[in-house]
Amino acid sequence: MKQFQYVRPANQQSVLAAIAQPGTKIIAGGSNLVDLMKHGVMAPDKLVDINKLPLRNISGISNGLHIGALALNSQVAEDQQVKTKFPLLSQALNAGASAQLRNMATVGGNMMQRTRCPYFYDTAMPCNKRAPGTGCGAKEGFNRMHAIFGFSDKCIAVHPSDMCVALAALDATVLIQGKKGVRKLKFTDFHRLPGVTPELDNNLAKDELITGLEIPNNNFAQHSYYLKVRDRASYAFALISVAAALDIHNGIIKDARLAMGGVAHKPWRLTAAEQLLKGKPATVANFEQAAQVAMQGAKAFKDNAFKLKMAPASITEALTHAAGLA
Amino acid sequence: MEDQNNGFEAEDTLQPKDNPRRDFLKKSSLLTAVALTPGVAVKAAENHLDEKIAAVFEKLSLDVTVNGTAHNLSVEPRVTLLDLLREQLHLTGTKKGCDYGQCGACTVHVDGHRVNSCLTLAMMVDGKKVTTIEGLAKGDELHPMQEAFIKHDGFQCGYCTPGQIMSAVACIREGHANSEAEIREYMSGNICRCGAYPNIVNAIQEVKTGGQQV
Repeated sequence: MKQFQYVRPANQQSVLAAIAQPGTKIIAGGSNLVDLMKHGVMAPDKLVDINKLPLRNISGISNGLHIGALALNSQVAEDQQVKTKFPLLSQALNAGASAQLRNMATVGGNMMQRTRCPYFYDTAMPCNKRAPGTGCGAKEGFNRMHAIFGFSDKCIAVHPSDMCVALAALDATVLIQGKKGVRKLKFTDFHRLPGVTPELDNNLAKDELITGLEIPNNNFAQHSYYLKVRDRASYAFALISVAAALDIHNGIIKDARLAMGGVAHKPWRLTAAEQLLKGKPATVANFEQAAQVAMQGAKAFKDNAFKLKMAPASITEALTHAAGLA
Repeated sequence: MEDQNNGFEAEDTLQPKDNPRRDFLKKSSLLTAVALTPGVAVKAAENHLDEKIAAVFEKLSLDVTVNGTAHNLSVEPRVTLLDLLREQLHLTGTKKGCDYGQCGACTVHVDGHRVNSCLTLAMMVDGKKVTTIEGLAKGDELHPMQEAFIKHDGFQCGYCTPGQIMSAVACIREGHANSEAEIREYMSGNICRCGAYPNIVNAIQEVKTGGQQV
Protein backbone atom coordinates (compact mmCIF):
# COMPACT_ATOMS: atom_id res chain seq x y z
CA MET A 1 0.00 0.00 0.00
CA LYS A 2 1.25 3.46 -0.87
CA GLN A 3 2.24 5.59 2.09
CA PHE A 4 -0.20 8.28 3.10
CA GLN A 5 -0.85 10.79 5.82
CA TYR A 6 -3.62 10.26 8.30
CA VAL A 7 -5.59 12.96 10.05
CA ARG A 8 -8.54 12.72 12.39
CA PRO A 9 -10.28 16.09 12.64
CA ALA A 10 -12.53 16.67 15.61
CA ASN A 11 -15.20 18.73 13.89
CA GLN A 12 -17.08 19.04 10.63
CA GLN A 13 -15.43 22.31 9.58
CA SER A 14 -11.98 20.76 9.81
CA VAL A 15 -13.17 17.75 7.82
CA LEU A 16 -14.54 20.00 5.08
CA ALA A 17 -11.28 21.98 4.97
CA ALA A 18 -9.24 18.78 4.78
CA ILE A 19 -11.25 17.05 2.04
CA ALA A 20 -11.14 20.14 -0.18
CA GLN A 21 -7.40 19.52 -0.67
CA PRO A 22 -6.39 17.38 -3.65
CA GLY A 23 -5.33 13.80 -3.00
CA THR A 24 -7.49 13.38 0.10
CA LYS A 25 -10.07 10.71 0.80
CA ILE A 26 -12.50 10.29 3.64
CA ILE A 27 -12.24 7.10 5.66
CA ALA A 28 -15.11 5.92 7.86
CA GLY A 29 -15.32 2.12 8.21
CA GLY A 30 -12.61 1.54 5.66
CA SER A 31 -13.97 -1.85 4.62
CA ASN A 32 -13.99 -0.91 0.93
CA LEU A 33 -11.37 1.87 0.80
CA VAL A 34 -8.60 -0.10 2.57
CA ASP A 35 -9.31 -3.02 0.25
CA LEU A 36 -9.02 -0.73 -2.79
CA MET A 37 -5.83 0.83 -1.44
CA LYS A 38 -4.28 -2.61 -0.95
CA HIS A 39 -5.13 -3.42 -4.57
CA GLY A 40 -3.64 -0.11 -5.72
CA VAL A 41 -6.96 0.90 -7.25
CA MET A 42 -7.14 3.96 -5.04
CA ALA A 43 -4.01 5.67 -3.75
CA PRO A 44 -4.84 8.77 -1.70
CA ASP A 45 -2.05 10.96 -0.30
CA LYS A 46 -4.02 11.66 2.82
CA LEU A 47 -6.85 9.95 4.67
CA VAL A 48 -9.32 12.03 6.65
CA ASP A 49 -10.78 9.85 9.39
CA ILE A 50 -14.24 11.22 10.18
CA ASN A 51 -15.08 8.89 13.06
CA LYS A 52 -14.88 11.70 15.60
CA LEU A 53 -17.90 13.43 14.06
CA PRO A 54 -21.19 12.91 15.94
CA LEU A 55 -23.01 11.31 13.00
CA ARG A 56 -23.82 7.90 14.46
CA ASN A 57 -27.37 8.39 15.73
CA ILE A 58 -30.60 6.95 14.41
CA SER A 59 -33.51 9.11 15.52
CA GLY A 60 -37.17 9.67 14.77
CA ILE A 61 -38.11 12.91 12.99
CA SER A 62 -41.56 14.38 12.41
CA ASN A 63 -42.15 12.63 9.09
CA GLY A 64 -39.89 9.62 9.36
CA LEU A 65 -36.44 8.52 10.46
CA HIS A 66 -33.02 10.18 10.39
CA ILE A 67 -29.96 7.95 10.11
CA GLY A 68 -26.50 9.44 10.69
CA ALA A 69 -23.89 8.83 8.00
CA LEU A 70 -21.61 7.05 10.47
CA ALA A 71 -24.28 4.64 11.73
CA LEU A 72 -22.88 1.16 11.21
CA ASN A 73 -24.61 -1.22 8.81
CA SER A 74 -25.15 -3.70 11.66
CA GLN A 75 -26.47 -0.94 13.93
CA VAL A 76 -29.05 0.13 11.34
CA ALA A 77 -30.03 -3.46 10.51
CA GLU A 78 -30.67 -4.23 14.20
CA ASP A 79 -32.29 -0.90 15.10
CA GLN A 80 -35.80 -1.40 16.47
CA GLN A 81 -37.24 1.65 14.68
CA VAL A 82 -35.75 0.51 11.38
CA LYS A 83 -37.03 -3.04 11.87
CA THR A 84 -40.52 -1.78 12.68
CA LYS A 85 -40.90 1.04 10.18
CA PHE A 86 -38.59 -0.06 7.35
CA PRO A 87 -38.02 -3.82 7.55
CA LEU A 88 -37.00 -3.70 3.87
CA LEU A 89 -33.89 -1.72 4.83
CA SER A 90 -33.02 -4.09 7.64
CA GLN A 91 -33.40 -7.09 5.34
CA ALA A 92 -31.29 -5.52 2.61
CA LEU A 93 -28.50 -4.65 5.04
CA ASN A 94 -28.43 -8.16 6.46
CA ALA A 95 -28.25 -9.55 2.92
CA GLY A 96 -25.01 -7.63 2.36
CA ALA A 97 -21.43 -8.58 3.19
CA SER A 98 -20.68 -10.50 6.41
CA ALA A 99 -21.39 -9.87 10.08
CA GLN A 100 -17.82 -8.61 10.52
CA LEU A 101 -17.99 -6.18 7.60
CA ARG A 102 -21.41 -4.90 8.68
CA ASN A 103 -19.82 -4.05 12.03
CA MET A 104 -17.29 -1.87 10.19
CA ALA A 105 -19.15 -0.40 7.23
CA THR A 106 -21.07 2.84 7.70
CA VAL A 107 -24.18 4.06 5.92
CA GLY A 108 -22.24 6.83 4.14
CA GLY A 109 -19.46 4.44 3.22
CA ASN A 110 -21.92 1.91 1.86
CA MET A 111 -23.27 4.62 -0.47
CA MET A 112 -19.72 5.54 -1.55
CA GLN A 113 -18.51 1.98 -2.19
CA ARG A 114 -17.04 1.29 -5.59
CA THR A 115 -18.06 -1.33 -8.11
CA ARG A 116 -16.66 -4.85 -7.78
CA CYS A 117 -16.15 -5.13 -11.55
CA PRO A 118 -12.99 -7.27 -11.85
CA TYR A 119 -11.61 -4.99 -14.56
CA PHE A 120 -11.91 -2.04 -12.16
CA TYR A 121 -10.08 -4.00 -9.46
CA ASP A 122 -7.28 -5.32 -11.67
CA THR A 123 -4.83 -2.48 -12.32
CA ALA A 124 -3.32 -4.42 -15.24
CA MET A 125 -6.64 -4.15 -17.11
CA PRO A 126 -8.17 -1.25 -18.99
CA CYS A 127 -10.99 0.48 -17.11
CA ASN A 128 -12.55 3.85 -17.84
CA LYS A 129 -13.77 4.12 -14.27
CA ARG A 130 -10.35 3.60 -12.68
CA ALA A 131 -8.25 5.17 -15.43
CA PRO A 132 -10.43 7.29 -17.75
CA GLY A 133 -9.68 6.85 -21.41
CA THR A 134 -8.13 3.37 -21.16
CA GLY A 135 -11.28 1.61 -22.37
CA CYS A 136 -13.68 -0.91 -20.84
CA GLY A 137 -12.29 -4.38 -20.33
CA ALA A 138 -15.64 -5.84 -19.39
CA LYS A 139 -17.60 -4.94 -22.51
CA GLU A 140 -15.83 -7.55 -24.64
CA GLY A 141 -14.49 -9.51 -21.68
CA PHE A 142 -15.93 -11.67 -18.94
CA ASN A 143 -19.12 -9.82 -18.11
CA ARG A 144 -21.30 -12.25 -16.23
CA MET A 145 -21.83 -9.88 -13.28
CA HIS A 146 -22.46 -6.77 -15.36
CA ALA A 147 -25.25 -4.35 -16.20
CA ILE A 148 -28.34 -4.92 -18.33
CA PHE A 149 -29.74 -1.40 -17.85
CA GLY A 150 -28.34 2.12 -18.11
CA PHE A 151 -24.81 1.19 -19.17
CA SER A 152 -22.77 3.17 -21.66
CA ASP A 153 -20.06 2.55 -24.21
CA LYS A 154 -17.55 3.54 -21.54
CA CYS A 155 -18.69 1.37 -18.64
CA ILE A 156 -20.98 -1.59 -17.96
CA ALA A 157 -20.24 -1.99 -14.23
CA VAL A 158 -22.95 -2.37 -11.58
CA HIS A 159 -23.29 -0.76 -8.19
CA PRO A 160 -22.66 -3.45 -5.55
CA SER A 161 -24.80 -2.25 -2.63
CA ASP A 162 -27.88 -3.95 -1.19
CA MET A 163 -28.65 -1.17 1.27
CA CYS A 164 -28.83 1.38 -1.55
CA VAL A 165 -31.42 -0.68 -3.44
CA ALA A 166 -33.73 -0.57 -0.42
CA LEU A 167 -33.11 3.15 0.13
CA ALA A 168 -33.93 3.88 -3.52
CA ALA A 169 -37.23 2.04 -3.10
CA LEU A 170 -37.98 3.82 0.19
CA ASP A 171 -37.73 7.35 -1.27
CA ALA A 172 -34.86 8.29 1.05
CA THR A 173 -33.18 11.69 0.96
CA VAL A 174 -29.43 12.24 1.33
CA LEU A 175 -28.23 15.09 3.57
CA ILE A 176 -25.03 16.65 2.26
CA GLN A 177 -22.88 19.20 4.03
CA GLY A 178 -20.82 21.56 1.91
CA LYS A 179 -18.92 24.72 2.75
CA LYS A 180 -21.99 26.81 2.02
CA GLY A 181 -24.41 24.71 4.03
CA VAL A 182 -26.58 21.62 3.81
CA ARG A 183 -28.26 20.41 0.65
CA LYS A 184 -30.74 17.59 0.22
CA LEU A 185 -30.67 15.17 -2.65
CA LYS A 186 -33.18 12.47 -3.52
CA PHE A 187 -31.51 9.12 -2.97
CA THR A 188 -32.35 8.07 -6.52
CA ASP A 189 -30.43 11.15 -7.76
CA PHE A 190 -27.36 10.44 -5.65
CA HIS A 191 -25.77 7.76 -7.81
CA ARG A 192 -25.07 8.37 -11.49
CA LEU A 193 -25.25 6.39 -14.68
CA PRO A 194 -21.83 6.00 -16.31
CA GLY A 195 -22.42 8.00 -19.50
CA VAL A 196 -19.12 9.46 -20.70
CA THR A 197 -17.81 9.98 -17.15
CA PRO A 198 -17.84 6.53 -15.51
CA GLU A 199 -15.14 7.74 -13.09
CA LEU A 200 -17.94 9.56 -11.28
CA ASP A 201 -20.02 7.11 -9.26
CA ASN A 202 -22.28 9.76 -7.75
CA ASN A 203 -23.14 13.44 -7.53
CA LEU A 204 -21.27 14.19 -4.30
CA ALA A 205 -18.73 16.97 -4.87
CA LYS A 206 -15.14 16.45 -3.74
CA ASP A 207 -15.51 19.01 -0.94
CA GLU A 208 -18.84 17.70 0.35
CA LEU A 209 -19.65 15.32 3.19
CA ILE A 210 -22.64 12.99 3.54
CA THR A 211 -24.00 13.64 7.03
CA GLY A 212 -27.07 11.43 7.00
CA LEU A 213 -30.26 10.14 5.44
CA GLU A 214 -33.92 10.77 5.93
CA ILE A 215 -36.51 8.11 5.19
CA PRO A 216 -40.13 9.28 5.06
CA ASN A 217 -42.84 7.29 6.81
CA ASN A 218 -44.82 4.95 4.57
CA ASN A 219 -47.39 2.19 4.64
CA PHE A 220 -45.16 -0.54 3.25
CA ALA A 221 -43.90 -2.17 6.46
CA GLN A 222 -46.49 -4.99 6.35
CA HIS A 223 -45.75 -5.91 2.76
CA SER A 224 -42.10 -5.59 1.87
CA TYR A 225 -39.43 -8.05 0.86
CA TYR A 226 -35.79 -7.96 -0.17
CA LEU A 227 -34.77 -10.80 -2.46
CA LYS A 228 -31.13 -11.40 -3.25
CA VAL A 229 -30.03 -13.98 -5.80
CA ARG A 230 -26.34 -14.85 -5.66
CA ASP A 231 -23.83 -17.57 -6.44
CA ARG A 232 -23.78 -18.90 -2.89
CA ALA A 233 -26.28 -18.79 -0.05
CA SER A 234 -24.59 -15.93 1.79
CA TYR A 235 -21.70 -13.48 1.62
CA ALA A 236 -21.65 -12.83 -2.12
CA PHE A 237 -22.59 -9.90 -4.32
CA ALA A 238 -25.96 -9.96 -6.02
CA LEU A 239 -26.51 -11.39 -9.45
CA ILE A 240 -29.97 -9.83 -9.13
CA SER A 241 -31.62 -8.27 -6.11
CA VAL A 242 -35.10 -6.83 -5.76
CA ALA A 243 -36.53 -4.50 -3.13
CA ALA A 244 -40.31 -4.79 -3.23
CA ALA A 245 -42.76 -2.80 -1.11
CA LEU A 246 -46.53 -2.83 -1.40
CA ASP A 247 -49.37 -0.99 0.30
CA ILE A 248 -52.30 -3.41 0.01
CA HIS A 249 -55.89 -2.74 1.11
CA ASN A 250 -58.51 -5.46 0.70
CA GLY A 251 -56.38 -7.21 -1.86
CA ILE A 252 -55.88 -4.07 -3.97
CA ILE A 253 -52.46 -2.45 -4.38
CA LYS A 254 -52.78 1.19 -3.30
CA ASP A 255 -49.11 1.97 -3.83
CA ALA A 256 -45.92 0.14 -4.80
CA ARG A 257 -42.16 0.62 -4.71
CA LEU A 258 -39.71 -1.50 -6.65
CA ALA A 259 -35.97 -1.27 -7.15
CA MET A 260 -33.38 -3.68 -8.48
CA GLY A 261 -29.71 -4.26 -7.70
CA GLY A 262 -27.02 -6.00 -9.74
CA VAL A 263 -28.42 -4.63 -12.99
CA ALA A 264 -27.10 -1.08 -13.38
CA HIS A 265 -24.49 1.50 -12.39
CA LYS A 266 -26.94 2.70 -9.73
CA PRO A 267 -29.86 1.23 -7.80
CA TRP A 268 -32.44 0.72 -10.54
CA ARG A 269 -35.85 2.04 -9.59
CA LEU A 270 -38.72 0.44 -11.55
CA THR A 271 -41.25 3.27 -11.73
CA ALA A 272 -43.16 1.98 -14.78
CA ALA A 273 -43.81 -1.32 -13.00
CA GLU A 274 -44.86 0.55 -9.85
CA GLN A 275 -47.38 2.57 -11.86
CA LEU A 276 -48.75 -0.55 -13.48
CA LEU A 277 -49.38 -2.18 -10.11
CA LYS A 278 -51.28 0.74 -8.60
CA GLY A 279 -54.99 0.01 -8.28
CA LYS A 280 -54.59 -3.61 -9.39
CA PRO A 281 -55.33 -6.72 -7.33
CA ALA A 282 -52.29 -8.23 -5.63
CA THR A 283 -52.04 -11.37 -7.76
CA VAL A 284 -49.09 -13.30 -9.16
CA ALA A 285 -50.41 -12.65 -12.68
CA ASN A 286 -50.22 -8.91 -12.12
CA PHE A 287 -46.76 -9.26 -10.62
CA GLU A 288 -45.61 -11.13 -13.72
CA GLN A 289 -47.01 -8.35 -15.88
CA ALA A 290 -45.19 -5.73 -13.81
CA ALA A 291 -41.98 -7.71 -14.19
CA GLN A 292 -42.35 -7.70 -17.98
CA VAL A 293 -42.85 -3.92 -17.97
CA ALA A 294 -39.83 -3.53 -15.71
CA MET A 295 -37.62 -5.36 -18.19
CA GLN A 296 -38.33 -3.09 -21.14
CA GLY A 297 -35.06 -1.75 -22.51
CA ALA A 298 -32.90 -4.41 -20.90
CA LYS A 299 -29.95 -5.59 -22.96
CA ALA A 300 -27.45 -8.32 -22.16
CA PHE A 301 -23.80 -8.90 -22.96
CA LYS A 302 -22.00 -12.12 -23.85
CA ASP A 303 -22.05 -13.71 -20.38
CA ASN A 304 -25.00 -12.13 -18.56
CA ALA A 305 -27.97 -13.03 -20.76
CA PHE A 306 -29.23 -15.18 -17.87
CA LYS A 307 -30.11 -11.94 -16.09
CA LEU A 308 -32.80 -11.24 -18.70
CA LYS A 309 -34.67 -14.27 -17.33
CA MET A 310 -33.51 -14.11 -13.74
CA ALA A 311 -34.50 -10.46 -13.26
CA PRO A 312 -38.23 -10.71 -14.11
CA ALA A 313 -38.49 -14.00 -12.22
CA SER A 314 -36.91 -12.29 -9.21
CA ILE A 315 -39.26 -9.31 -9.43
CA THR A 316 -42.26 -11.64 -9.48
CA GLU A 317 -40.91 -13.67 -6.59
CA ALA A 318 -40.10 -10.61 -4.47
CA LEU A 319 -43.58 -9.14 -5.05
CA THR A 320 -45.19 -12.48 -4.28
CA HIS A 321 -43.30 -12.65 -0.97
CA ALA A 322 -44.08 -9.01 -0.18
CA ALA A 323 -47.79 -9.61 -0.76
CA GLY A 324 -47.72 -12.66 1.52
CA LEU A 325 -48.69 -15.01 -1.32
CA ALA A 326 -45.53 -17.09 -1.28
CA MET B 1 -9.72 26.52 14.35
CA GLU B 2 -7.00 26.36 11.75
CA ASP B 3 -5.03 23.18 11.90
CA GLN B 4 -1.50 23.88 13.03
CA ASN B 5 -0.27 20.39 13.57
CA ASN B 6 -0.42 18.47 10.32
CA GLY B 7 -4.15 18.82 10.28
CA PHE B 8 -4.74 17.38 13.73
CA GLU B 9 -6.96 19.20 16.15
CA ALA B 10 -5.30 20.27 19.35
CA GLU B 11 -7.78 18.25 21.41
CA ASP B 12 -6.89 15.21 19.40
CA THR B 13 -3.41 14.45 20.62
CA LEU B 14 -2.02 12.50 17.73
CA GLN B 15 1.68 13.07 18.14
CA PRO B 16 4.42 12.00 15.84
CA LYS B 17 6.38 9.44 17.80
CA ASP B 18 9.28 8.68 15.64
CA ASN B 19 11.44 11.74 16.04
CA PRO B 20 14.70 9.81 15.76
CA ARG B 21 13.61 8.78 12.29
CA ARG B 22 12.83 12.34 11.34
CA ASP B 23 16.21 13.43 12.72
CA PHE B 24 17.88 10.70 10.79
CA LEU B 25 16.25 11.78 7.59
CA LYS B 26 17.09 15.40 8.21
CA LYS B 27 20.70 14.67 9.02
CA SER B 28 21.36 12.08 6.40
CA SER B 29 22.72 13.05 3.06
CA LEU B 30 20.42 13.29 0.11
CA LEU B 31 22.16 10.28 -1.38
CA THR B 32 21.39 8.11 1.63
CA ALA B 33 17.80 9.29 1.70
CA VAL B 34 17.41 8.50 -1.98
CA ALA B 35 18.88 5.04 -1.50
CA LEU B 36 16.59 4.19 1.38
CA THR B 37 13.30 5.67 0.34
CA PRO B 38 10.69 5.05 -2.32
CA GLY B 39 9.60 7.36 -5.09
CA VAL B 40 7.51 9.88 -3.25
CA ALA B 41 10.28 10.68 -0.79
CA VAL B 42 12.88 10.78 -3.51
CA LYS B 43 10.82 13.38 -5.27
CA ALA B 44 10.48 15.38 -2.09
CA ALA B 45 14.17 15.09 -1.35
CA GLU B 46 15.09 16.30 -4.80
CA ASN B 47 13.02 19.36 -4.07
CA HIS B 48 14.78 19.79 -0.71
CA LEU B 49 11.51 19.34 1.13
CA ASP B 50 12.91 17.59 4.16
CA GLU B 51 9.87 18.33 6.25
CA LYS B 52 7.71 16.64 3.70
CA ILE B 53 9.78 13.48 3.81
CA ALA B 54 9.37 13.41 7.54
CA ALA B 55 5.63 13.92 7.24
CA VAL B 56 5.22 11.09 4.79
CA PHE B 57 7.13 8.68 7.00
CA GLU B 58 5.81 9.96 10.27
CA LYS B 59 4.76 7.33 12.72
CA LEU B 60 1.84 8.21 14.91
CA SER B 61 1.12 7.50 18.51
CA LEU B 62 -1.51 4.84 19.15
CA ASP B 63 -3.06 3.92 22.47
CA VAL B 64 -4.80 0.59 22.38
CA THR B 65 -5.67 -2.08 24.91
CA VAL B 66 -5.10 -5.60 23.60
CA ASN B 67 -6.34 -8.54 25.65
CA GLY B 68 -6.43 -6.35 28.74
CA THR B 69 -2.96 -4.89 28.34
CA ALA B 70 -2.64 -1.18 27.55
CA HIS B 71 -0.08 -0.32 24.88
CA ASN B 72 1.30 2.96 23.67
CA LEU B 73 2.63 2.20 20.23
CA SER B 74 4.11 3.93 17.28
CA VAL B 75 2.65 3.04 13.89
CA GLU B 76 2.70 4.12 10.30
CA PRO B 77 -0.77 5.10 9.10
CA ARG B 78 -0.86 2.30 6.54
CA VAL B 79 -0.36 -0.48 9.09
CA THR B 80 -3.45 -2.62 9.53
CA LEU B 81 -4.66 -3.88 12.88
CA LEU B 82 -3.82 -7.40 11.67
CA ASP B 83 -0.20 -6.51 10.95
CA LEU B 84 0.07 -4.57 14.19
CA LEU B 85 -1.09 -7.60 16.16
CA ARG B 86 1.12 -10.08 14.35
CA GLU B 87 4.26 -8.12 13.55
CA GLN B 88 4.49 -5.57 16.36
CA LEU B 89 2.77 -7.29 19.28
CA HIS B 90 3.73 -10.82 18.16
CA LEU B 91 0.19 -12.08 18.70
CA THR B 92 0.26 -14.54 15.84
CA GLY B 93 -2.94 -16.34 16.79
CA THR B 94 -4.87 -13.99 14.52
CA LYS B 95 -4.28 -15.29 11.00
CA LYS B 96 -3.71 -13.57 7.69
CA GLY B 97 -5.77 -15.51 5.17
CA CYS B 98 -6.81 -13.46 2.16
CA ASP B 99 -5.85 -10.04 3.61
CA TYR B 100 -8.80 -8.54 1.67
CA GLY B 101 -11.76 -9.06 3.96
CA GLN B 102 -13.04 -12.13 2.15
CA CYS B 103 -12.15 -15.03 4.44
CA GLY B 104 -12.57 -13.98 8.09
CA ALA B 105 -9.35 -15.64 9.34
CA CYS B 106 -8.30 -12.28 10.81
CA THR B 107 -11.48 -11.76 12.86
CA VAL B 108 -10.94 -10.02 16.22
CA HIS B 109 -13.20 -8.08 18.58
CA VAL B 110 -12.93 -4.30 18.80
CA ASP B 111 -14.85 -2.95 21.78
CA GLY B 112 -16.66 -6.30 21.81
CA HIS B 113 -17.69 -6.29 18.14
CA ARG B 114 -16.21 -8.68 15.58
CA VAL B 115 -14.37 -7.05 12.69
CA ASN B 116 -11.92 -8.01 9.95
CA SER B 117 -8.57 -6.81 11.30
CA CYS B 118 -7.04 -6.93 7.81
CA LEU B 119 -9.27 -4.06 6.63
CA THR B 120 -8.98 -2.07 9.86
CA LEU B 121 -6.22 0.51 9.97
CA ALA B 122 -4.40 0.27 13.29
CA MET B 123 -4.83 4.01 13.86
CA MET B 124 -8.59 3.53 13.81
CA VAL B 125 -8.58 1.47 17.01
CA ASP B 126 -6.96 4.32 18.94
CA GLY B 127 -8.48 4.36 22.43
CA LYS B 128 -10.28 1.04 21.89
CA LYS B 129 -10.14 -2.44 23.38
CA VAL B 130 -9.08 -5.28 21.11
CA THR B 131 -9.57 -8.95 21.96
CA THR B 132 -7.78 -11.65 19.97
CA ILE B 133 -7.89 -15.42 20.23
CA GLU B 134 -5.05 -15.18 22.79
CA GLY B 135 -7.36 -13.14 25.02
CA LEU B 136 -10.22 -15.65 25.27
CA ALA B 137 -8.79 -18.22 27.66
CA LYS B 138 -8.36 -17.50 31.35
CA GLY B 139 -4.87 -18.74 32.02
CA ASP B 140 -4.88 -22.48 31.34
CA GLU B 141 -8.67 -22.60 31.33
CA LEU B 142 -9.93 -22.56 27.77
CA HIS B 143 -12.93 -20.50 26.73
CA PRO B 144 -16.10 -22.65 26.38
CA MET B 145 -16.03 -22.06 22.61
CA GLN B 146 -12.46 -23.32 22.39
CA GLU B 147 -13.46 -26.42 24.38
CA ALA B 148 -16.46 -26.97 22.11
CA PHE B 149 -14.36 -26.67 18.93
CA ILE B 150 -12.01 -29.35 20.29
CA LYS B 151 -14.86 -31.60 21.38
CA HIS B 152 -16.74 -31.34 18.08
CA ASP B 153 -13.63 -31.43 15.88
CA GLY B 154 -14.50 -28.00 14.48
CA PHE B 155 -11.36 -27.79 12.38
CA GLN B 156 -8.97 -29.78 10.27
CA CYS B 157 -5.92 -27.73 9.29
CA GLY B 158 -6.77 -25.12 11.93
CA TYR B 159 -5.79 -22.02 9.97
CA CYS B 160 -9.26 -20.46 9.99
CA THR B 161 -9.97 -21.58 13.56
CA PRO B 162 -8.96 -18.46 15.53
CA GLY B 163 -11.20 -16.36 13.27
CA GLN B 164 -14.00 -18.95 13.46
CA ILE B 165 -13.87 -18.97 17.25
CA MET B 166 -13.80 -15.16 17.59
CA SER B 167 -16.72 -14.97 15.17
CA ALA B 168 -18.59 -17.77 16.95
CA VAL B 169 -18.31 -16.02 20.33
CA ALA B 170 -19.61 -12.79 18.80
CA CYS B 171 -22.39 -14.69 17.01
CA ILE B 172 -23.77 -15.91 20.34
CA ARG B 173 -23.29 -12.53 22.04
CA GLU B 174 -25.17 -10.82 19.21
CA GLY B 175 -28.08 -13.21 19.65
CA HIS B 176 -27.69 -14.74 16.19
CA ALA B 177 -27.17 -18.38 17.20
CA ASN B 178 -30.78 -19.47 17.62
CA SER B 179 -30.92 -22.09 14.88
CA GLU B 180 -28.61 -23.94 12.55
CA ALA B 181 -29.75 -21.75 9.66
CA GLU B 182 -29.14 -18.55 11.61
CA ILE B 183 -25.70 -19.72 12.74
CA ARG B 184 -24.74 -20.59 9.17
CA GLU B 185 -25.92 -17.19 7.91
CA TYR B 186 -24.16 -15.19 10.63
CA MET B 187 -20.97 -17.25 10.36
CA SER B 188 -20.81 -16.81 6.57
CA GLY B 189 -17.96 -14.32 6.87
CA ASN B 190 -15.63 -17.09 7.99
CA ILE B 191 -14.52 -19.45 5.25
CA CYS B 192 -13.20 -22.94 6.08
CA ARG B 193 -11.58 -24.60 3.08
CA CYS B 194 -11.35 -27.92 4.94
CA GLY B 195 -15.13 -27.85 5.16
CA ALA B 196 -15.49 -28.26 8.92
CA TYR B 197 -18.74 -26.30 8.82
CA PRO B 198 -21.10 -28.97 10.27
CA ASN B 199 -18.80 -29.46 13.26
CA ILE B 200 -18.37 -25.72 13.73
CA VAL B 201 -22.16 -25.32 13.79
CA ASN B 202 -22.41 -28.18 16.33
CA ALA B 203 -19.81 -26.52 18.56
CA ILE B 204 -21.65 -23.19 18.49
CA GLN B 205 -25.00 -24.85 19.16
CA GLU B 206 -23.60 -26.70 22.15
CA VAL B 207 -22.16 -23.54 23.71
CA LYS B 208 -25.40 -21.67 22.99
CA THR B 209 -27.67 -24.33 24.49
CA GLY B 210 -25.25 -24.92 27.37
CA GLY B 211 -25.96 -21.36 28.39
CA GLN B 212 -22.36 -20.73 29.45
CA GLN B 213 -21.14 -17.18 29.74
CA VAL B 214 -19.33 -16.31 26.51
